[in-house]
Amino acid sequence: MARIGVFVCWCGSNIASTVDVKAVAKAAASFPGVAHATDYKYMCSDPGQNLIRETIESEHLTGLVVAACSPRMHEPTFRRLALETGMNPYLVEMANIREHCSWVHEDKGEATAKAIETVRMLVEKVKRNSPLEEIRVPVTKKALVIGGGVAGIQAGLDIVTAGIPVIMVERSPSIGGHMAQLDETFPTLDCSQCILTPKMVELSQHRLVTLHTFSEIDEVSGFVGNFKVKIRKKARTVDHDKCTGCGICMEKCPAKVSSEFDRGLSDRKAIYVPFPQAIPNKPVIDRSSCIWFTKGRCGVCKKLCPAEAIDFEEKDVIVEEQVGAIVVATGYDLIDRGLYGEYGHGKIKDVIDGLQFERMLSASGPTGGKIVRPSDGATPKTVVFVQCVGSRDDSKGIPYCSRICCMYTAKHAMLYKHRVKDGKAYIFYIDVRAGGKGYEEFVKRAVDEDRVVYLRGRVSRIFEKNGTVFVKGSDTLSGQQVEIRADLVVLATAVTSSHGSRELAQRLRIGFDQYGFFTEAHPKLRPVETTTPGIYLAGACQAPKDIPDTVSQASAAASKVIGLLSSDELIREPLVARVDEKVCIACFMCESTCPYGAIEHVTWKDPETRKEKEVARVNPGICEGCGACLPVCRPKALDLMGFSDEQIYGEINALSDLVKVIHDE
Amino acid sequence: MSDRLRIVGFLCNWCSYAGADLAGTTRLKHRAEVRIVRVPCSGRIDPVFILKAYERGADAVIVGGCHPGDCHYVSGNLNARRRFLVIRKLLEFIGIEPDRFEVTWCSAAEGEKWAKVVNEVCDRVEALGPFEAYKAITPPVRGPVKEVTTGEE
Repeated sequence: MARIGVFVCWCGSNIASTVDVKAVAKAAASFPGVAHATDYKYMCSDPGQNLIRETIESEHLTGLVVAACSPRMHEPTFRRLALETGMNPYLVEMANIREHCSWVHEDKGEATAKAIETVRMLVEKVKRNSPLEEIRVPVTKKALVIGGGVAGIQAGLDIVTAGIPVIMVERSPSIGGHMAQLDETFPTLDCSQCILTPKMVELSQHRLVTLHTFSEIDEVSGFVGNFKVKIRKKARTVDHDKCTGCGICMEKCPAKVSSEFDRGLSDRKAIYVPFPQAIPNKPVIDRSSCIWFTKGRCGVCKKLCPAEAIDFEEKDVIVEEQVGAIVVATGYDLIDRGLYGEYGHGKIKDVIDGLQFERMLSASGPTGGKIVRPSDGATPKTVVFVQCVGSRDDSKGIPYCSRICCMYTAKHAMLYKHRVKDGKAYIFYIDVRAGGKGYEEFVKRAVDEDRVVYLRGRVSRIFEKNGTVFVKGSDTLSGQQVEIRADLVVLATAVTSSHGSRELAQRLRIGFDQYGFFTEAHPKLRPVETTTPGIYLAGACQAPKDIPDTVSQASAAASKVIGLLSSDELIREPLVARVDEKVCIACFMCESTCPYGAIEHVTWKDPETRKEKEVARVNPGICEGCGACLPVCRPKALDLMGFSDEQIYGEINALSDLVKVIHDE
Repeated sequence: MSDRLRIVGFLCNWCSYAGADLAGTTRLKHRAEVRIVRVPCSGRIDPVFILKAYERGADAVIVGGCHPGDCHYVSGNLNARRRFLVIRKLLEFIGIEPDRFEVTWCSAAEGEKWAKVVNEVCDRVEALGPFEAYKAITPPVRGPVKEVTTGEE
């Protein structure tokens, strides 16, 4: 027999001035199953909580309804109180008679009637509550970082500092990402490689780091604290245990293709390391351009390798790892060159993109840091920079701002002027967005000190006439059409999501937007979490961002991982769905509705008939307790703890009679 | 408040219930006919809950969820939205005026919207009068008005 206690709070005058709290307590005392009902000035205060504590014991209560503020406010308070007295915390419900009643109604009779009915509903609910135990899930103290750019490196380093092992998976043959391609970074002009490579080395040599380069994520299963990951280590064709990195193979390899790292400004061999400071600094064979693999002959590298490290028979290897948390840091790409036909990108040799210019600036780049025209190697005397190529352009399907171009274009123009003293730099822009520490000052420096000419307007066409490149655009400030004879044109092409990001998101079961950027759980308050617990975001895979923001987010993601993995078990609220195996017909409608992939197929043996059948099982480690699976369950085998069908029907059935408050006066 | 009218609101915990809370914290006065049942997500609302509410004498039902696309549980409200479309048709078919059923997407920041929806639905249902279409075929589940005296002795 239920013995429910009803505690009606006055909340000072917040409730008591509009709701006749004594009438509510009096009415509640007469509800079936209510053993005790009382009112008090402040239930959440120490004396109020003591009153509840003592009454639970003296009246042997089996459940509580606290009629007070919103459960979103004080439910945790009263559940904790119940726990302290030895009552299961899930036998406590709150009737919201403040936010939903006393504060929004003026007539005391109406408000009191509503409060009484609300209490009656919650009494009927709590009579049907069952004691629930917290779900404890063991945690694997290891983290996976996907992507070895500056975001992944920062997150990885921060995580290992806390003593948590990190597995890093990088798609390309080396870690470093886009930052390794950059020359100097805005707004301080410090050398990108000088600040990045020490971090790359530190990470790769850390005893807690396992590095899988030239590898991809094949499959992710499991849930927060307990992910199982299958990593495909692509065949390098070079045994890195034997390889000493001497480089003879790369010297002698006859197959040349254009270098991805230098964005086509130089060639690399079929057996290659992407750049001199690469980690690991041992080559891989690109099978699509290797003569052995395309034509079945050559094998020069194998013949010459003193360590006998070349293995043409090598196959992809799948490595399985268990991790507790995942940081996704897969970075970005730039738009396809073909997208801007009118700018001649990819057709006119002297029209390049910002990242190509960056390689040109780099001392270790294809030109050794000299700015030259790709067509003839001459020093360009006039360089035109075009911003927002693709970005903020609805017609190209990229309405967003790429966020880094204003700053790097200012930097490019500045560095050009430093190196070619008599050169002229023009920048076509829509707006200059220089929000950031020292950013506005930096742009001003480009204009004032380095005499970079900013032209406000868009470029309509870039074309070649008799070997000369012309840039045609408008200067909206002077209202004139301008045509500039350019020796070199640098396009600030839009940042896009990294190729393959959508497929990866599906594998990880995280959200992504229409552009392929991963979505955070909340744009303001949970900016590094995804909606899948245990998976976090860092860097430009979430949205275009610059290095300072990327590093900040990476450290934030790392701190989330460290927090998550700091305890041995995860404690989760037991408000999850459960399957009655006896009733389940294995239709798996629930599986297609569950947004979290919490439904599993299991074989279940009926203890009575000893027959086996396939049934659905809700993994309590994954289930978030939304209850979306319940309405689609045809045999009603599913129920949701804390919001069970019986509890909700209890509330609805309590609507039997209307209450009217009669004033005696 | 009419002595006769009662409206049941099924509100999702994260948006609509919080929106109704906000109406409270900002003291937006609105009508008192709605009795609120808190559910985790609008996707949790079983169509039978709604039918049951009418059976228990509700004159109207309001369901509230997060705005489509903003569901706390990723996609629960999208399931709900499809379901509610069908329920509206079903209600029409079984003789419950569609005006007695309201679906509202109300965020935790839209206390004002919640208060407005409550007032609108109350006015509309008042014009329609109590829901009595089923009186002839089922005995009324809702009992007579129960009188309660004030608590002061």
